[in-house]
Amino acid sequence: MDREIWITGVGMVSSAGVGVAAHLEALKNGDAPRVDNDSFAPYRVHPVVAVPFEQQIPKKADQRQMEAWQKLGVFAAGMALDAAGLKGDAERLGRLEMIVAAGGGERDYAVDGQILTQAPLSEHPAEMLNERLMSDIRPTMFLAQLSNLLAGNISIVHGVTGGSRTFMGEEQAGVDALRIAEARIRAGQADAFLVGGSYNAERPDVLLIYAMADYLWARDYAPVMERDAHGGGFILGSGAAFLVVEAADVARARGAKPLARLDAVASDMPARKSGSVAASLDSMWDRIAKGFNPSRGVVFSGASGAAGVTAEEQSVLAQRAGEAAVHITGDLFGHMVEPQFPAGVALAAAALSEGWYDDAVVTGVGHRRGEGTARLSRVD
Amino acid sequence: MTSPHRDRAGRPLVAVTGLGIVTSLGEGKEDNWAALTAGHSGVKRLSRFPVAGLKTTIAATVDFIKAEPFCAPALSQEMAMRAGVEAVGQAGIGAPGDFPGPLFIAVPPVEMEWPHRRALAEAGANGEDVTYATLLAGARTGKFREWYELFLFGTVAENVARRFGTKGSPISLSTACSSGATSIQLGVEAIRRGEAQAALCMGTDGSVHPESLIRFSLLSALSTQNDPPEGASKPFSKNRDGFVMGEGAAAVVLEDYDHALARGARILGFVLGCGEKGDNFHRTRSSPDGAPAIAAIEGAIHDAGLSPDDIDYVNAHGTSTPENDKMEALGLASVLGERMKSVPISSNKSMVGHTLTAAGAVEAVASLMTIATGRIPPTINYNVPDPAIELDVVPNVARDANVRYVLSNSFGFGGQNTCLVFSGEPG
Repeated sequence: MDREIWITGVGMVSSAGVGVAAHLEALKNGDAPRVDNDSFAPYRVHPVVAVPFEQQIPKKADQRQMEAWQKLGVFAAGMALDAAGLKGDAERLGRLEMIVAAGGGERDYAVDGQILTQAPLSEHPAEMLNERLMSDIRPTMFLAQLSNLLAGNISIVHGVTGGSRTFMGEEQAGVDALRIAEARIRAGQADAFLVGGSYNAERPDVLLIYAMADYLWARDYAPVMERDAHGGGFILGSGAAFLVVEAADVARARGAKPLARLDAVASDMPARKSGSVAASLDSMWDRIAKGFNPSRGVVFSGASGAAGVTAEEQSVLAQRAGEAAVHITGDLFGHMVEPQFPAGVALAAAALSEGWYDDAVVTGVGHRRGEGTARLSRVD
Repeated sequence: MTSPHRDRAGRPLVAVTGLGIVTSLGEGKEDNWAALTAGHSGVKRLSRFPVAGLKTTIAATVDFIKAEPFCAPALSQEMAMRAGVEAVGQAGIGAPGDFPGPLFIAVPPVEMEWPHRRALAEAGANGEDVTYATLLAGARTGKFREWYELFLFGTVAENVARRFGTKGSPISLSTACSSGATSIQLGVEAIRRGEAQAALCMGTDGSVHPESLIRFSLLSALSTQNDPPEGASKPFSKNRDGFVMGEGAAAVVLEDYDHALARGARILGFVLGCGEKGDNFHRTRSSPDGAPAIAAIEGAIHDAGLSPDDIDYVNAHGTSTPENDKMEALGLASVLGERMKSVPISSNKSMVGHTLTAAGAVEAVASLMTIATGRIPPTINYNVPDPAIELDVVPNVARDANVRYVLSNSFGFGGQNTCLVFSGEPG
């Protein structure tokens, strides 16, 4: 079996807006990205716009059960299902499979701060920790932290119950989520998937991880490709992106229209050393994007801005993309980590569906590990 | 060249050629199997951290492997490495550091832990109350660069992939307490679609630390019958009152049957079928009608090309929580019918606790060893039968039986239900 695959719906939310149309509009107008320079100074973040959560998560009780990263994801997933015409179709949603790329959930910052303030003053810090955690943590907080509970919440709110898997591992989780979905549909192991992820950058605990290794861009705002000369770095962005990916025969049979064809997805994780990212991208480009047509083509790059690796990606794109438009999605909404690659694919699908281009390549290079490439084309 | 072997659906057959396991009962198949079939418990009083103020003071921790200072990803990685060495060694596949297929590894979600937060707070201290701004100031000192790597979600998978030389982008996954089974399912799928000739599938979990224990405790998921520790995990008993956290890792080498035959590998068994179904009833509870679990069980048996009457042993999810064990019994009775009353079913968790992310993989190893040895490990601590659960739980003492087809169940928070069917023969 070797089936044609369509993207039949996308949902997106980020600092650039709600919905994929708002993102295309921002891209067309060359809008400056929204940046919050102050809340986490000296670090910057791209804060998510106000989101009308009630449109996709009508029950307040559901909203209360989730933290921001989950709400963003459930919202974008709902938009993608709406766009694909699957919302409320209990029978099909009961068979729809899910691969979600996720990290973990947020913390109770006040409780953490109080415990850490008390700890050095306490004679028995370990006992104090037990006592405070037993009395101060909200029991349901755990459910807002578990990686697979974004998928769990999508099941509950939207009724997607065909099966769900959560992939972890930063940027590459988003790449491999789409790769496995594509491979399973292509081989006839499944008919349709909801694929995507979400990220809340407006969290000091995630900034903390990257701050330890000095990955965060803390100078005056500069576009992604202009950071390398100053040590590189990324600006995290809040948002989510989900795609409905379907076998064309199945989509056709239910009367669904394609946004774009998903021709191929590739990923790899060679050991990082100088030149390894360029070699990996080159090899994937040869494998899946050989006939890329620059004159009617576009590239969406998920480059983070991390030192070295973004410069290698830039050099590959300079050689490969020719006259094609190259959009750095980080300049639109920052670095969303797990959903960065799905977001690039969502934008590519939408741009193809608008007839802006015929051919698209999406790249994703993890700041620390992993590379991915997707090839999409316009369906006539 | 003979024609390739195919299952009843025309797909490549997925053989098992290597198994590795680490639990609180010990390292390696030999020690674990001896303990599991002798009915030994790995549950003990916690010594890793003070338990004052806690309702649950026991766990089936892996203390004989040192990850000092303790940190969940470090212990999880080391256990995965050891289970992997055993499995890949047994399979004798590829060359050292050159495994001819992908890695699928179930890992616990990583997070910074309290000792690390305290060190950052100290490094960033400015005399004021500690906030995350203090921690960020500590992070900026540059003293904690190596912790960054430790707390990325993809690190354990990449390190394990490098060690064994697996191919392509390794996948770290979580489907909560069914993660280990999902890692095997992903490997089966990759082999069936011809993308891989072999796959290394693992689950690992070494995350017993104060906050992880307290989180489950606050959800009232853990047994509080701390004394004696080895009596706390009592799946299917009337007096069961929650699960006991466990640590462990397991690795399974899957291989296209023809590939294994061609290289003369010893075949340990087969993964005949996988079933999966999401549940949207509740974040932690399963649908009252058991429909999703039933669909996952039926799906696995159907995928195996079998009928429910073929299943002759069930390796239970059997967590020892009031809810799980009742729902699992209901689901099995729905699919296997009256016959379920006499089909042996046992829970390894009665002895090794609930190894969470690793459980599905640990129980896959136990299931395959059950087939290989013809001995069913017992459900220990079964002293007060639950009249609402009519099952032959192989109480307290191992039993010899000719087991051809094993159903292994895994269910998790977030509506995750994954079931696998193992056999000794190719269908």
